[in-house]
Amino acid sequence: MNLPRLPVLLSVVALLLAPGAFTAACAQDPIKVGEVASLTGKEADFGRFSHRGTLLAIEHLNAAGGVLGKKFELLTEDNQSKAGESATAARKLVSRDKVVALLGEVASSRSLEIAPIAQTAKIPMVSPASTNPKVTETGNYIFRVCFIDPFQGTVMAKFALQRGWKKVATLTSVSSAYSVGLGKFFKETYLAGGGVIPAEQKYAESDKDFHAQLTAIKATGADAIFVPGYYTEAALISKQARELGLTVPLFGGDGWEGEPLLEIGGTAVEGIFFSTHYSSEDTAPAVQNFVKAYKARWGGETPNAMAALGYDSAMVLADAMKRAGTTDGTKLRDALAATKDYLGVTGKTSIDAQRNATKAAAIFTVKNGKFAFVESIAP
Amino acid sequence: MTEFLQQLVNGLSLGAIYALIALGYTMVYGVLRFINFAHSEVFMVGAMIGLGLGRHLPEGTLWGGLVVLTAAMAGSALLGVTIERLVYRPLRGTATLNVLITAIGVSLLLQSVFQHPQVFGATPQLFPAVFPVKKIGFGDLVISSNQLVVITVAALLIVVLQLVVFRTRMGTAMRAVALNPQAAQLVGVNLNAVISFTFALGSALAGAGGVLYALNYPSVEPLMGVMPGLKAFVAAVLGGIGSIPGAALGGLILGTVETLVGGSAALSTYKDAIAFAVLILILLCRPTGLLGRSTAEKV
Repeated sequence: MNLPRLPVLLSVVALLLAPGAFTAACAQDPIKVGEVASLTGKEADFGRFSHRGTLLAIEHLNAAGGVLGKKFELLTEDNQSKAGESATAARKLVSRDKVVALLGEVASSRSLEIAPIAQTAKIPMVSPASTNPKVTETGNYIFRVCFIDPFQGTVMAKFALQRGWKKVATLTSVSSAYSVGLGKFFKETYLAGGGVIPAEQKYAESDKDFHAQLTAIKATGADAIFVPGYYTEAALISKQARELGLTVPLFGGDGWEGEPLLEIGGTAVEGIFFSTHYSSEDTAPAVQNFVKAYKARWGGETPNAMAALGYDSAMVLADAMKRAGTTDGTKLRDALAATKDYLGVTGKTSIDAQRNATKAAAIFTVKNGKFAFVESIAP
Repeated sequence: MTEFLQQLVNGLSLGAIYALIALGYTMVYGVLRFINFAHSEVFMVGAMIGLGLGRHLPEGTLWGGLVVLTAAMAGSALLGVTIERLVYRPLRGTATLNVLITAIGVSLLLQSVFQHPQVFGATPQLFPAVFPVKKIGFGDLVISSNQLVVITVAALLIVVLQLVVFRTRMGTAMRAVALNPQAAQLVGVNLNAVISFTFALGSALAGAGGVLYALNYPSVEPLMGVMPGLKAFVAAVLGGIGSIPGAALGGLILGTVETLVGGSAALSTYKDAIAFAVLILILLCRPTGLLGRSTAEKV
């Protein structure tokens, strides 16, 4: 009596089996690389750019025949820019998907969630843009292809001194490892260089009201305000500062570079400064080729630093894989640690003893509603 | 001195928004004796409606701003009534705890629905400047027109609410239900109508709060209601839950304390902690809140 239902059942079974059979036939054991990115949520702009950069790198690698005779397969998990989600995503990628390496995250706090999981599983992790020193201190399997907070904080302190700002107030986020790190190293260099910090104000991630802190800063008569945070808060802070009649320049780190800074900030972010990893206006052939390829692949969008770092993170990993001749975790780790003068989009990348990259920083400003390159500061 | 006055203005405009949201908590509690935790999402939806409509209206006009505000209030009222009709009414008469947990469920549901990329997505979006933007300066003291709009609208709505509750038949019925639902029904009060009306009124205020909040802090996202909602709940308890002037007072106190603490360099890290510590202190001295009547009931 169940006979009429049999065809239905069979087709269901066929459907369930088909995708598996299809991938198995086409891909013949690809090299699985996991990526944890903030594709939605507060820092989605970072996540989107770095993901697009990473995906472009994987496509370029596959088009060139892959590595070790195999193609790459990129498995991407979204953490919605939320605390806690990255650890879950990384665990899934490691234990269920059995990836050979992890790429991500942009935000330091979320990279710090992923790092212990990669370290325990003895799988190399390459963060494209987490600049907090603690990320790679987690263990010897954790790498990054960007410079770190001490360098970025130092650069911005030098920049402030160069501009002749004698009194700089700081407004840091207490709940973000990135912000606290940048603030600390800025303070050290700036004070050593003879600057005065008249006010050190704090806020928490996802705060929307900064009137109180800004009013207090205004009363100190600071020449400029250092806000090492992410673009959503930076835009609101700039807006509220202008509302309160604060006209001094605001400046921050690479966390400011995102389109929402311009959209939400509007005219309030004109004349701000921030440091970042590369400029798409750089005339080096590596940069120009990348910009061209990226624009062609992603509908004319100009790649920012996150995209370039995402690209470099996958490329550095593939380079190490070639040299290691295997995808074995330990050997891959050793090869990554030996990376020297790899010419990527964001400049020459060498991995130092702390598994960090050393490279130059670019300073940007906002002019007529657009990001504009100001100068480059070498390490 | 100017700094203190400036912080006071900042605090009042923040507190006025807390007060608007707190009124919704307090009114529902007064009538139904339960905390509507979905209220903070009604607040969020109010801001979303304002965002959707504000994009199609010319920016910086008074009439445009009022249209956005009214539409957000109407939309939020509708949402509040719908939630009550679909979710809370079937549960009426069961243990308060069931309704309370359900309210948290509704809150999470709304958050998740709005986080879906097809509905809104998790990325914050810019709220248009629907009201005219101007800076009014008295020496060093700067008051933005948005802050003025917030304080004025909030004050007006609170006065209107007070008139509705104490000068209309519906208001009298509401107070009767708050006093004793059974007795109110015996003398001919339509319980369902009163409860729907309460939800509509409270939700409309939350919707207005949402638009005003988004006006001052122009980035709108699905989780934007969580923190203000929590603070407003604290404000309602602080002022004495069930009391309308209490909710307004609680909101203003909380907003001002938070801002004053946030402005001092040593304490700005503990801004939220101190706001909540104030709550604990006041509740220790006055368990029913500042203006609450003492009852034997527990939440």
